Amino acid sequence: MPETSLSNRTIDVYIRRYNPERDARPRWQRFTLAVARGMTVLDGLHRIREEQDPTVVFRYSCRMSVCGSCAMLINGRPALACNTQIADVASERLTLAPLPNFDIIKDLVPDLAPLFQKHRAVQPYIQRADMEEVEKPTGEFYQSPKELERYLQFAYCIKCGSCMAGCPTLAADPEYPGPMPLAQAYRYSADSRDSGFDERKVQAGASHGVFRCHYAGECSNVCPKGVDPARALQLMKRELVLDYLRLRRKRCPASVLRVPGEARRNPDVPAPPPYTV
Amino acid sequence: MASSTKHYPNRLGIVGWLLGGRWGLERYMYTLHRVTGLGILFYFVLHILVTSTRALGAEWWEGAMVRVGHPIFKIGEFLVFAAFVIHGLNGIRLIAIELGWAVGKAEEPVYPYRSSLHVQRPVLIGVMIVAAVFLALGGWDFLQVTH
Repeated sequence: MPETSLSNRTIDVYIRRYNPERDARPRWQRFTLAVARGMTVLDGLHRIREEQDPTVVFRYSCRMSVCGSCAMLINGRPALACNTQIADVASERLTLAPLPNFDIIKDLVPDLAPLFQKHRAVQPYIQRADMEEVEKPTGEFYQSPKELERYLQFAYCIKCGSCMAGCPTLAADPEYPGPMPLAQAYRYSADSRDSGFDERKVQAGASHGVFRCHYAGECSNVCPKGVDPARALQLMKRELVLDYLRLRRKRCPASVLRVPGEARRNPDVPAPPPYTV
Repeated sequence: MASSTKHYPNRLGIVGWLLGGRWGLERYMYTLHRVTGLGILFYFVLHILVTSTRALGAEWWEGAMVRVGHPIFKIGEFLVFAAFVIHGLNGIRLIAIELGWAVGKAEEPVYPYRSSLHVQRPVLIGVMIVAAVFLALGGWDFLQVTH
């Protein structure tokens, strides 16, 4: 691509560097970057790597806000590097640091293993008495659009860790699962096909569970996909309170949708055209 | 595969309640709620200690009353009042939120995203206005008493 889109503007980019083999603690390193129109933070990092320092380490994959690999602290706010245009967040100075509340592996790469361990602990999958239907389905489970809406928002989570980095409770309490796992606990508990609430409430309602959240709301503020974990956590609290008071409505998990079976075609309705592929 | 690489701990800790990032209004309210709660708890302990001096005799009690009559304790009383107002009103907001009354229903995220923070924001602003009125009235009363 020709360089015609490059503006004349240059900014200072401060990157928090840490090499476990050499550094006792992270340090700031300054780079100068010519900012092009539409340049994302990830583009800027690539340019710094290509032109100034090939040892700068960062994690990325899809470049389009789907994989969640490139989350980092951009000017003091957790965000995806591929989804943040430099011009939107910096006019003269851009600071890039690894996500807080996770150990640093190297430079801008956080260790997300605890996030996935906590996620696994809340049993983020459909649980039913008839698990053979889940393993070897004979049909689709019935679910109305209204039932879908109850959890769909929370199903958009890409596990980037931004919400975990923004959570002040997690910052001070390592045993707290954090917004992402707890939001996923609600996502599956609110699913009309699931009946695993009683298993998940052990983790979610524990002393270091969802009631440690006092709605700082930063998880929802920084979520790049609009998942709103803070809302999921509050709705989970309500479910737990209702369950404690024995007021929670028990529901049977959705049953398999039966197909019409041996229905006969209405002779007035023409047959569909033959398959073309 | 187990890694022997040294990782650097990067947890913000309590310092992260205020520093470490560019945060939103609700997060600072979270910090204020905790600080005011701890302040009220500190006052409660102090109050128990002061009133317990009566058990040691009238002289101890009168000595304690002279000490707490110092102007710095008057300012402290106003701070306790302010902490009580902020913590109490914000606590009501948090109860409404934590029972799912002020966060709205789940909705499909459409950019620009509108989260539960936007739903509860009017409640937060209402709390701040009521708290400001209480603090102004309390401050006026405090000035009347001290002069």
